[in-house]
Amino acid sequence: MEIVLDKLSKTFGTQRAVDDVSFTAGVGITGFLGPNGAGKSTTMRMITGFLEPTSGSIQIDGKPAWPTNPEQRSMIGYLPEHNPLYTQMFIREYLGFIAGVHKLKQPKQAIERVVELVGLAPELGKQIGALSKGYRQRVGLAQALIHDPPILILDEPTSGLDPNQLSEIREVIRKMGESKVVLLSTHIMQEVQALCKRVLIINKGKLVADDPIERLQSRLAGEVIVHLNCQRSINASMINQIKGVERSVVNGNRARLSVNAKAEIRPILAQLCIDQNWGLLELRQEETSVEDAFQAITQQRITA
Amino acid sequence: MGSVFRKELLGFLSSLIGYLAIGVFLVLLGLILFVFPDTSLLSYNFATLDQLFEIAPWVFLILIPAITMGSLAEERQQRTLELLLTKPLTPLQIVLGKYFACVALSALAILPTFVYYYTVYELGSPKGNLDSGAIIGSYLGLLFLASIFCAIGMFASSLSQNQIVGFLLAALLCFLVHFGFQYLSNLPVFVGSLDNIVQKLGIEYHYRSISRGLILVPDIIYFLTVAGWFLFTTTLVLKKQRA
Repeated sequence: MEIVLDKLSKTFGTQRAVDDVSFTAGVGITGFLGPNGAGKSTTMRMITGFLEPTSGSIQIDGKPAWPTNPEQRSMIGYLPEHNPLYTQMFIREYLGFIAGVHKLKQPKQAIERVVELVGLAPELGKQIGALSKGYRQRVGLAQALIHDPPILILDEPTSGLDPNQLSEIREVIRKMGESKVVLLSTHIMQEVQALCKRVLIINKGKLVADDPIERLQSRLAGEVIVHLNCQRSINASMINQIKGVERSVVNGNRARLSVNAKAEIRPILAQLCIDQNWGLLELRQEETSVEDAFQAITQQRITA
Repeated sequence: MGSVFRKELLGFLSSLIGYLAIGVFLVLLGLILFVFPDTSLLSYNFATLDQLFEIAPWVFLILIPAITMGSLAEERQQRTLELLLTKPLTPLQIVLGKYFACVALSALAILPTFVYYYTVYELGSPKGNLDSGAIIGSYLGLLFLASIFCAIGMFASSLSQNQIVGFLLAALLCFLVHFGFQYLSNLPVFVGSLDNIVQKLGIEYHYRSISRGLILVPDIIYFLTVAGWFLFTTTLVLKKQRA
């Protein structure tokens, strides 16, 4: 099971919202990032059959998604941006409606299953309009999951949740990623780091990065920062002699080194500390975050 | 289609709008038929329900746009249309499900007026002295009328995400299609030449024909065609949404 996008474009009037985007997403969680208005939602809407592409093609499980047809749409569970819901309906009534739309053979069991899965049980008797944002989000997720689709398209599923709700919803998404194709758009970089194996970044309609998460982080890294903290004073000139150190700021028993990313100096540094009896307390390399990579790529400081 | 129909109808019946629609219809007709002296059956001295069927189209002109105004406009405004269109439902199923729910609600509003029929039946002298055939025809005409108005209302509602626009547009279109052609046929240009054809384009001509108790194939074809055309156009509007 996979989704294949080939040279996908969408034009609204003169604006090219999605421009020649191609990628393949298989089982697992693929993060879909980009600044607001970059074309994430438009791309997702084309995959889910809501918006027709201007050009290019989408294949779902080897079959073209356009012209869109009910059979293809039933393979997808979709949580749209802003999570639209019928606020006047009750949760069970609403899930029953969605189960009916999918013509599920055993709607009751399906409802029980998703209610359990997303943790809706405590609020099950309520009207959707009376729910807190976190629970509404769970209802949105429940309707996307009710027919156990092989593909999940989630457009900012965790926006506006508090930290506890965040980790619960993420856990659900992580579980889904074990067996389903999950395309997840988000603004929260920790989420990408926590959930996704692979990251797509879209900017101004164009796909500017398509990398495993580790490579995305190192891509940005021409240099890495190494922090050294000892009990006694550090000798700056000895540090600067180590191959790979570009610059260093030594301040008594602390040092901050800018190091060529290809050189691994930490073992050498550790050995030096022992040889010189500086009393090593801490040796740490700064992780470049996805956030840094995201900013660098979308502000076009580095190119894909 | 069934699940959309059920959701819509239950939506009407679990909110104010359903009961308001039925209530308004009955109160207005009740007042006109039994209270206001100028139109009251009781001072008319004939056992007939003609006034009911004379006035009902005017009441429908307000009532049905009120029922249909939200059907698609609200889905758009709440963005739930995206939800529906990405489910395994075709635009036609969405439109028909909603349409039949609106027709069913209109029928529910008409249903209690059988009490009026019974009242007049009992009051007749001798008892039961009224033209039941014509009344059955009239009820059928009323149902056909409601179905066309609902189709027009759905179309109007599909054009905007504003319910007020949906209401006003539906009221205007219903008025034009129902009465407009009748009035238009009185224009000097048409009188004596095309007035008969122009009249037949409007709903009123066919409504009156059925109300006489004559259920003719051309009238039925007319109702089905007009309702079908507006529903078809509504699905086109929904499909256009994807572009």
